[in-house]
Amino acid sequence: MDWTLWVEWIVKGFVLCLILLTGFAYLTLYERRALARMQIRVGPNRAGYQGLLQPIADAVKLIFKEELTPAKVYKVVFVLAPVLTVVPSLVLAAVIPLGTSFTFFGRVITLYVANLNVGVLYLTSIASIAVYGIVLAGWSSNNKYAMLGGIRASAQMISYELSLGLCFAIAIVMSNSMNLVDIVNAQKGMWFVVIQPVGALIFLIVTLAEVNRAPFDMPEAEQELTAGFHSEYSGMKFALFFMAEYQKMIVICMISATLFFGGYREFWFLKDTFLSVDRYWFLAPIYLLLKVVVLLFFMIWIRATWPRIRYDRLMAFGWKVLLPLSLVVLFITAAGILLEQELHNSIYFYSIPILSIVCAMVAVVFIYRDLRRKSNGRV
Amino acid sequence: MGVFDPVIELGRGLGETLRSFFFEKTVTYQYPEQKREVRPRYRGRHVLKRYENGLEKCIGCSLCAAACPADAIFVEASENTDEKRFSPGERFASTYEINMLRCIYCGFCEDACPTEAIVLGDNYELSFTDRRQAIYTKDLLLESVPTTEMITPRKTEEGVFTRSVPEMQDPRD
Repeated sequence: MDWTLWVEWIVKGFVLCLILLTGFAYLTLYERRALARMQIRVGPNRAGYQGLLQPIADAVKLIFKEELTPAKVYKVVFVLAPVLTVVPSLVLAAVIPLGTSFTFFGRVITLYVANLNVGVLYLTSIASIAVYGIVLAGWSSNNKYAMLGGIRASAQMISYELSLGLCFAIAIVMSNSMNLVDIVNAQKGMWFVVIQPVGALIFLIVTLAEVNRAPFDMPEAEQELTAGFHSEYSGMKFALFFMAEYQKMIVICMISATLFFGGYREFWFLKDTFLSVDRYWFLAPIYLLLKVVVLLFFMIWIRATWPRIRYDRLMAFGWKVLLPLSLVVLFITAAGILLEQELHNSIYFYSIPILSIVCAMVAVVFIYRDLRRKSNGRV
Repeated sequence: MGVFDPVIELGRGLGETLRSFFFEKTVTYQYPEQKREVRPRYRGRHVLKRYENGLEKCIGCSLCAAACPADAIFVEASENTDEKRFSPGERFASTYEINMLRCIYCGFCEDACPTEAIVLGDNYELSFTDRRQAIYTKDLLLESVPTTEMITPRKTEEGVFTRSVPEMQDPRD
């Protein structure tokens, strides 16, 4: 194996880590400013121009903060848990293509760390490892609230991971590949969100549960569980949990963009113009960044708007609504593509979005009837 | 109530936050640069008032100290003479101290004062770096004089300032 390949991998991995760490720092600022604006406030605007140095001030504060280890915690696991949460959130980004490739001193450099042919499987497996860190943190803290937070995290993960996997399967079926680069290239003509809007919607809902964001932030419900699994953590250990959560937000938004919103590609109707990524390679990361910023705005927007869902309803929503709906939507997608290939009639292909939306409406009707039954006719 | 109303309501909630994100004006005061006017009856840091001629209103009667529920005020009185006059009447406050750490800003001192000398003003920016700084002495509390002739103590004509409590009007505010 060529030694320059090792250098390339190390440099690319390092740059990716730096991108995620900087992204984490500025995502906190972005969230605080956007959230403040929605609540008719200004948000942090003191440190530097418009608060641009605020993440640095926060980091300095957290580093110099006293780090308490409670007396009766299980020390090994207590120290290990934040690490177990951060590492998957960083490793997750390795297979996501940030762009095509460019030539650097006669050498073709691709804009992804690894091009796995089972990239999607890698994503699902690594994404669920992070919950171990949360559960172990909750258990080793020797605190009832932390324990409840950890248990909630694992229960939530199990009930939402299934729908997440099925949404991955929808993208796999549509692109006929598990390779993320192939999935992105399959969206050259049309983004998958247009063909399968319900699948994309389910994916966006499920990712909120996956990264423990409002309205599914049960494991760290401040009001009920005093910050849940990380209530015993302080200083840099707490910062690691915080970091993991926000990095996961960024990475999950990258994955959503890759699977349903054309990844690093431009809008499908711009594919032959000078704005295409085939023309200029440096446009690809910019497009991906824009998509990630928009998707993150949705997460912040939802946090500013909707209250936390009750725990039993969260589980019921995952098992009784999202799982059947994603199964049906996957079946419709697969059947539509198969029929189009066998019968050479594109009407089957175009019936996929229509039938999916009809199914989603049926699901809404069922939710409505269930809610009305439980509340004796007073919705 | 229609079947899709729950979904529509969720959407309306999103619309409301988006509307305030784009169109609503922020209500924040950029505090140290931009200060907000306090209300007329706001009870801030105490001020010892003077008459128009510059004499101090405080006559050292210690009624404020007696009324104070937190025991924050300490007053010591001394004799006025026409050679060295601080306030009208026989006596003036030679020591006047308020411990701002004890004060609860109830305004009872204001009510107790027979000459309307002590008034809770509009200054709320009280911060100290040690406990001794929290004791506000008379020179900090006393209103400043507009001209140098009005500085107390000063020499006055005999037999003019004999009445320590002035003619009072009913409170208007």
